[in-house]
Amino acid sequence: MFKKFVATIVATLITASASMAADFSGKTVEWLIPFKAGGGSDKWARYYAPLLSKALPGNPNVVVKNCPGGGSTTCTNQFASTSNGDGLTIFGDSGSTKFPYLLGDQRVKYEYKDWMKTIVLATPTGGVAYVSPKTGYKTPADFKKLKGRELKYGSQGATSLDIIPLLAFEMAGLNVKPVFGMKGRSAGRLAFERGETNIDYQTSSSYLKVEKTLVKEGKAIPLFSWGVVNSEGNIERDPTFPNLPHFAEYYQQAYGKKPAGPAFNAWKSFLASGFSAQKMVFLPKGTSADIVNTYRDAFAKVLASDEFKSSSKKGLGVYKQVTGPAAEGILKAAIAADPKSKEWLKNYLTKKYGVKF
Amino acid sequence: MIDTLLEAFVLIFSGAHFLYLLFGVCLGILIGILPGLGGIVGFSILLPFIYGMDTVSALAMLIGLIAVIPTSDTFTSVLMGIPGSSASQATVLDGFSLAKQGQGARALSAAFSASLFGGLFGATVLTLIVVVAKPIILFFGSSELFMLGILGISMVGVLSGDSFVKGFLACGVGLLLGTMGSSPATGEWRMTFGSYYLFDGLKVVTIGLAAFAIPEICDLLRKNKTIATKEEPLGKGWAQGLFDTIKNKWLVFRCSVIGTMVGILPGLGGSVVDWIAYGHVVQTSKDKSQFGKGDIRGVIAPESANNAKEGGGLIPTLLFGIPGSGSMAVFLGGLTLLGIEPGPSLIEENLKFTYVMVWSLALANVVGAGLCFALSNKVAKITTIPYGILAPFMIMIVCFAAFQVTRSIYDIYTLVVLGAICTLMKNYNWPRPALLIGFVLSDTLETYLYQAVQFYDWNFLLRPGVIIIFIITILSVYLGARNSKKITTNQTIDIKDLFKPTVQNLFIGILYCFFGFAVFDSFQHNLLGGIFPGGISIIMFATLNYAIFVNKQWLSASVQTSFSSDETVDLFKSFSWILLLVFLNTLFGFVISIFVFFIVIMKNKTNLPNRKIIIISIAALAFMLMLSHFMVLDFPPGLLQYFMKLPWPLN
Repeated sequence: MFKKFVATIVATLITASASMAADFSGKTVEWLIPFKAGGGSDKWARYYAPLLSKALPGNPNVVVKNCPGGGSTTCTNQFASTSNGDGLTIFGDSGSTKFPYLLGDQRVKYEYKDWMKTIVLATPTGGVAYVSPKTGYKTPADFKKLKGRELKYGSQGATSLDIIPLLAFEMAGLNVKPVFGMKGRSAGRLAFERGETNIDYQTSSSYLKVEKTLVKEGKAIPLFSWGVVNSEGNIERDPTFPNLPHFAEYYQQAYGKKPAGPAFNAWKSFLASGFSAQKMVFLPKGTSADIVNTYRDAFAKVLASDEFKSSSKKGLGVYKQVTGPAAEGILKAAIAADPKSKEWLKNYLTKKYGVKF
Repeated sequence: MIDTLLEAFVLIFSGAHFLYLLFGVCLGILIGILPGLGGIVGFSILLPFIYGMDTVSALAMLIGLIAVIPTSDTFTSVLMGIPGSSASQATVLDGFSLAKQGQGARALSAAFSASLFGGLFGATVLTLIVVVAKPIILFFGSSELFMLGILGISMVGVLSGDSFVKGFLACGVGLLLGTMGSSPATGEWRMTFGSYYLFDGLKVVTIGLAAFAIPEICDLLRKNKTIATKEEPLGKGWAQGLFDTIKNKWLVFRCSVIGTMVGILPGLGGSVVDWIAYGHVVQTSKDKSQFGKGDIRGVIAPESANNAKEGGGLIPTLLFGIPGSGSMAVFLGGLTLLGIEPGPSLIEENLKFTYVMVWSLALANVVGAGLCFALSNKVAKITTIPYGILAPFMIMIVCFAAFQVTRSIYDIYTLVVLGAICTLMKNYNWPRPALLIGFVLSDTLETYLYQAVQFYDWNFLLRPGVIIIFIITILSVYLGARNSKKITTNQTIDIKDLFKPTVQNLFIGILYCFFGFAVFDSFQHNLLGGIFPGGISIIMFATLNYAIFVNKQWLSASVQTSFSSDETVDLFKSFSWILLLVFLNTLFGFVISIFVFFIVIMKNKTNLPNRKIIIISIAALAFMLMLSHFMVLDFPPGLLQYFMKLPWPLN
């Protein structure tokens, strides 16, 4: 009697899961985010999830599932080992997932090229650096004053996305001492507001808030944005902050020449993967073209919707969200850092911050 | 301000807003009762639904959820000895002792009424202070937070009772466990034994379950009776619990202040608040003899503090967009979805929404405490269920909760290893609270010490805030020491005793190796990465050596049991039940193992007929499946799932 009971249950379950099709009605899509709840990637996914739910055929319930660990490598490895998805599991990465991949972190067991055909969305972002007026810096003309003193920066770690600000400050000739152990960019901002640090940066959506408060009150002066890397590999102004010079412009203004050299090349290629192509959505490798296209269409629908247009600036900044085959090109650019740049950066991190690879 | 406050009040009661609040409260109660699940899980369930909801309803629902978790988590802490969430670990100490004495109802009623007051206090402070709180938050920088960490650590002294050295060493273990994983200053990985799992360090939920739940489960399995050993009608004690809270009204007030303050300061984290409140009550009480054995004040203090914390925690979240805890981080995400931006606008043009949150917080506390009161008569019956039936259920919940920490099977292995060590600690009177305090403060101490030195050099010690907190620390240590009576024993241990094969010696041996290894490991790193664990492990290692070879009194055990004694054998037997589930899980995954495990353990521990055993097992399984389905939680997989693709729920 008991055996029969179990057999019935198992049989029901098998038939239930077998009736899968491109229509997702009544299903639940799990959106894996390899970061903590409440972080930037989490907010991004939670912003998109309900819109995606409306755009997918059958309006499945889209839930965001956080699986942090190993600086995002643990969950990414797990996702990389799944293949031929049924479209009910999708994955969102970030620049912090790409950096360990590019730097050859021993924990990385994933290969971005596997997802070339299954990328369904790419979301760029940017970042803006700012300093405290107590440094004596009010306008770019005060750059010398800034150069002459020690600046403190609250950092999350030398191998995190902070590679970009730290290297930018160094190339600009600023004497910046990073203080590590910040638990996120918002902790960095708090330390800045307390006056413990005097130089800081925020990614675009957070900087929009800084602009409204600290900058307006005169407690922070913007320096430059990182800029965005365009398809030709050149840096152009950040569309969210068109009035701010980007790093290369700022450098040229200060030194009368364009930045160049191995440091700048490495910086540029890591900027491309860390910011200009920061967050992406993938289906598992080997997922059928039908399902991939269903998702690409759904995201195209999201991007064209009025709801997205009216709410996206606040949530994402003004960056062109890319889906469809064009996203493949962005992924290619994001992992295109040449071996020389990668080597240079590794050496730099080891020499300057004692990072072991 | 008053107008807005009243406007917000009317708003909550108009339309369906109040119903959403109720829904949030009900979900919050459920999540609080389930161990290991906290506000993060609750918010994650609700967030998909708030999109497009009207702002007031959504806020009422979210706040309703978070407000009652520290009220209802008391059920599990008091009745089962399992921390219902990481903010009520300290409640277990006296709450569960009271439940075992048949006074569960009294403990619950005192806890709920204290929670109610704490919650209302937090809401009031939020109302008054939110307009002027900014300078307070900015005043507490890295130096001050470090010093607050020291104040927290000083509680170890009073919580260790008569065995200060054991408490000191246990705290050292906690501090060192807290340094596992990446170093805040250099990012180096410490004490990871090459395991990627340990790269991220251990999590407080795992340590809490290992320190309290596992040892209690073992103990109860060994006795195999009901949790409440005295026969007392459960209905009794309600009035007494209420009366206890009223009698200790100033304690409730002080702990509410503590809770709110800890909540306001981002960076201390919610899991410290109950311990600080508990330390405070032990410290300021004349008669400390009953703490840990069932003193009602030990329930009232943490419960008033952990509810008050939520009101305080909203202040940095709303003003700066800086969350003080994981659940506040998710709440912040929810605000973004609603189009509310944290920052000055919430005390200017959007003040209305802030006060909607205040009212929701207050109402949710009232409704939540009321519902908990109403439920508790039924729920308290748990303590009269024979342990043979309750134990498999508790082991199942604990393993499932531990697995949710990082969703890795290693979460469960870690739970078992630490659980074994804490079981030894419990049996040989090593204070586990000291270990937990060390653990929750380890990262705070190391990070802020390093940052403070970088920002201010050692001059940070001269900052006014640091000096004030330092004076408070000295005062609190003095107050704590003044009332405690010294216990001297004439018992000494011979070195030879230490090599006898006894369980206590096994534990001391483990400790010796652990400290020794920590010393070794800390020398493998850069100066900045190794100095904190290095300093602590050297002090601990030296203390342990001194205790063993020179002092000979500190570690003299009250109980020296050999491996072959009945007591030890029983202990190992009951622990092996937990191992059985873990073993089955490793092979077959959670769902299959739970079913088998329930049948085996009930067959062994109860006299129930087979039919009933199967019905209970199916009911337990159904409960887990529903939980997993509605909360979108995974089950731990086993080898079977690794080799075969199975349909839900067997995957």
